[in-house]
Amino acid sequence: MTTKLFGERVERREDRRLLTGIGRFTDDLGHDAAQAAFVRSDFAHARIRDIDVSGALDVEGVLGVYTHDDLQGGFAERLPLLIPHRDLKAPRTQYALARDELCYAGEVIAMVVASDRYIAEDAAQAIRVEYEELPVVVDLEQAVGAGPLTHSDAADNIGAHVSEMKGDVEIALASAPHVFKWRFRPERSASMPMEGRAVFARYDAGQDTLEVYDSTQAPTGIRAGLAELFELDWDRVHVIAPDVGGGFGVKVMQFYPEEVLVPWASRQLGMPVKWTEDRREHFIGSNQERGQIHEVRVGVDAEGRILALDVRFLHDTGAYCPYGLIVPIITAAQLPGPYRLSNYRYSFWSVFTNTVPVSPYRGAGRPQAVFVMERVIEHVARELGLDSLDVRRRNFIQPDEFPYDVGVSWQDGGPTVYDSGDYPSGFQLLLDSIGLDRARQQQAEARAEGRLVGLGVGCYVEGTGIGPYEGATISILPDGTVSAATGLSTQGQGHETIFAQIVADELGVPLERVSVTTGDTRRIGFGVGTFASRSAVVAGHAMLRAARSLRDQTARLASTTLEVAVEDLVFEAGAVHVRGVPEKSVPLARLTLVSNPLRYAYGRDARLAAELAQRAYAKADRPLPEGSRPGLSALEYYSPAAGVFGYGMHAALVEVDRRTCNLRILRYVIVHDCGRIINPLIVDGQVLGGLAQGIGGAFYERIHYSPEGQIQNASFMDFLIPYATEIPPVELHHLETPSPRNELGVKGVGEAGTIPVPAVIANGLSDALGVAIDHVPLSPEEIFQLLHPEPK
Amino acid sequence: MKPAPFAYHRPGSREEVDQLLAQLGSEAKILAGGQSLIPILNMRLAAFGHLVDLNHLAGEPAEPAVAGDELVVGPLVRQAAALESALVAERAPVVSQALRHVAHPAIRSRGTVVGSVLHGDPAAELPAAVALLAGSVRARSRRGTRPIPAARLWTGALENTLAEDEWVDELRLPVRQPDDGFAFEEFARRSGDYAICGVAARVRAADGELKAAVAYLGMGGLGQVHALQPMAAEEIDGPGLRSALTEAVAELDPGDDLHASARYRRWLALELGLSCVRRAAERALK
Repeated sequence: MTTKLFGERVERREDRRLLTGIGRFTDDLGHDAAQAAFVRSDFAHARIRDIDVSGALDVEGVLGVYTHDDLQGGFAERLPLLIPHRDLKAPRTQYALARDELCYAGEVIAMVVASDRYIAEDAAQAIRVEYEELPVVVDLEQAVGAGPLTHSDAADNIGAHVSEMKGDVEIALASAPHVFKWRFRPERSASMPMEGRAVFARYDAGQDTLEVYDSTQAPTGIRAGLAELFELDWDRVHVIAPDVGGGFGVKVMQFYPEEVLVPWASRQLGMPVKWTEDRREHFIGSNQERGQIHEVRVGVDAEGRILALDVRFLHDTGAYCPYGLIVPIITAAQLPGPYRLSNYRYSFWSVFTNTVPVSPYRGAGRPQAVFVMERVIEHVARELGLDSLDVRRRNFIQPDEFPYDVGVSWQDGGPTVYDSGDYPSGFQLLLDSIGLDRARQQQAEARAEGRLVGLGVGCYVEGTGIGPYEGATISILPDGTVSAATGLSTQGQGHETIFAQIVADELGVPLERVSVTTGDTRRIGFGVGTFASRSAVVAGHAMLRAARSLRDQTARLASTTLEVAVEDLVFEAGAVHVRGVPEKSVPLARLTLVSNPLRYAYGRDARLAAELAQRAYAKADRPLPEGSRPGLSALEYYSPAAGVFGYGMHAALVEVDRRTCNLRILRYVIVHDCGRIINPLIVDGQVLGGLAQGIGGAFYERIHYSPEGQIQNASFMDFLIPYATEIPPVELHHLETPSPRNELGVKGVGEAGTIPVPAVIANGLSDALGVAIDHVPLSPEEIFQLLHPEPK
Repeated sequence: MKPAPFAYHRPGSREEVDQLLAQLGSEAKILAGGQSLIPILNMRLAAFGHLVDLNHLAGEPAEPAVAGDELVVGPLVRQAAALESALVAERAPVVSQALRHVAHPAIRSRGTVVGSVLHGDPAAELPAAVALLAGSVRARSRRGTRPIPAARLWTGALENTLAEDEWVDELRLPVRQPDDGFAFEEFARRSGDYAICGVAARVRAADGELKAAVAYLGMGGLGQVHALQPMAAEEIDGPGLRSALTEAVAELDPGDDLHASARYRRWLALELGLSCVRRAAERALK
């Protein structure tokens, strides 16, 4: 195949639109639509005694006020459990509008639709809810202990208990020369895309059709679900994800209550209705992640080789578990990372608390896993007086051990089997890049001056590119441009660029002649979504296949048109050429006309095309020969047999300012391997953006719940997303170990940069301060308390 | 996040503002830069029946000016204009130093100096700088004008001593003396955030002695200035300053919040105070 664009640092084609303010987001649409506002629970746990909507009905401009009593059929049922699991014995999902019990502060109680958002909010404020407060549980250990029930009719707060074992942990621990036990506590956070969620729905009563614009990562799923709820044929329901201002996992949830209610209201009222989430709603109404408590037992030999690892952890799933057990399963499967664990056991409990529900957020259980594993490595080294870098080296899976079976289940239900990688080389590159000897010398000199400098490293493996499948449809248009579409949606990653690179290479057309549409069910109805760092791998190969199928089809037509064998054709510069005969060629534009025998001539090249069509089909017994079809287009799907596993290692030289107790990142180095790189510019952007989000997770971003279940920092004044000023310069290195599991040799990259950062910063701070660190995110306050403990 | 309904007034002169406030009283709220007020309204943390928008007053100065031995800042002087003003840098350097820590360019381009002073956030930079300089505001109403010195401007967090019909058309700051040195230091979680702790310091060199004064932000109070015992230049680098500042910090009553405990804040106040006063002393002795 031609590889002109694959691997090139092609500039992102979406940036002009997005950076000059002419991107089109859901809230840019439907200016005349009625607008919805919601009444949300003030309490983390309460029973609704009464809802008095009379005040809202009096507000001028109000079109509808709805509570659970107004919903019928499927709309009145609990929202779906998206990913069931055999061990998820007590799943819970919420109602679109709460029926009686409220299980987190922010749960939707009532919807108001009005002529504009101001009026809708005035009316929502006039609705009086009478609550009967119920006991609240927020703390995970209380939730599994004697604490209150999240759901008053449940037997306990445990939604699921899952355990798996590779080897025999008990036997290995019993014979291990050293056994240690530690506890780790990654805390609750949230992904906070710049654009919140948004839904704009247009139900057309005359046509009985529903069109929904939704700031979602999974429009195909939303479409299928809405079609079922509305009892409409799929063809009558379309969901489009226009420009989406970031997702990071929070928008792969389907359905949020508003995604059902806004379309429903549009049908009730017979008019377009929209809702755009504001930041306050996002804090209390969009899913979060990260909160877990891990207890680890590890058995090691004198050199720090891990003989057995036994991890028990509590996973905070919030008030509901619509996304099943995906997050804790990923934690469990990815915790071993790049290390060879012959005996590994995990047991987790998915625990309900009266907090915002949990579903994946960029990294999805992996930042916790890597934090735990990398702290274990550091602790082992410290206990045994070893260099933790040596401990890592001794435990790495070696390049000749692939495919490597971790021995526990992956999130798709299959085994977790790594496809390829070279961890020791990546690690060596990392240490060479940070200049280990020089860094250690720098650290020693700084310490001699009384400064607190530490080196932190962290390694991870990231399973990416899971199924079930994605599709792509590609057409050559009569003007010779190529139009490609895939069902998954895009949130700024650069899909329009990388998919165009793949297609342009295959069809021999310049990049600018390829347009890419994502997330529009009018173009392609089957697809899964953008999550799990899967788009480049899965939709990328669907694009490759569709482009190849289109090329074959085009070549067959060109072969009859040019009267040469298919093998002698070359696709280049938007035309099909005969190899070695430069003057003999036919542009793709003309071939689309040739493929379409018409009674009526139209277009610039009509006469020529008619001649060519006659020649092409001269031997056929009918205008459109059997087995051919008008137009040049192809639709193909790709379903990977298994996921593919990228990896990376980060190192940071950090300093604690003794005066302010603040963190300073002196140097930050990343080594990253996502297989073959389609576009290095985009991969750099993904990794660096991920790093910034990881720094947030390491030192800034934490959802503070009060014991009453109220978020204490539900605004950007107090939920601290690092600014550009808080992100250090980064040295970034790529390795390219191709995946043997797919033709392009690619692996996903979307989440990678985020994953190890909390571990790296915690390790660096632990080294600088000479203390054990058992949780993230950290803060200057905590550093102060570590340096200057309260006198007893 | 849409505000509750309000009536919007767009007066064209200071007299019209006086008139409106006389009519509307406590129902009215002055809108200038809106960088605190608008979010408060949007989040419905407060509601006012009337907003009186100063932004269309005719002939209001866009820059600070000097009148006699005072720097005069009008009600529509933006923080960005004050930050860029060479006059402010020269005559009231601590205001320039403080402004560097105020939020970000987008906020400073709208936010006004006077607005931030009157809003009275104990963690904001400008009230501390104004207190340190013993500045004053001119309150006005249909009843006339009166000066309010910084020491009597605030009664607590987000509370000032303006009457219901009063607003402020001028901030006045005494210009620096030749032997004054100023410094401002702050620690915030992120660049541009409200301070966890900050210190503004003035050191005046006179008769072979250094007279230092400090004002804190993020430490609970508003408007207090701590005058330290006069000390010899060499004491500034010795234990004398530390013990003087320890006494000053002991008078503070910071609170615990999500980002910092009172104990940590006290630590920061002492550490930042030491370097801040030393830097101001260096400048005073130059």
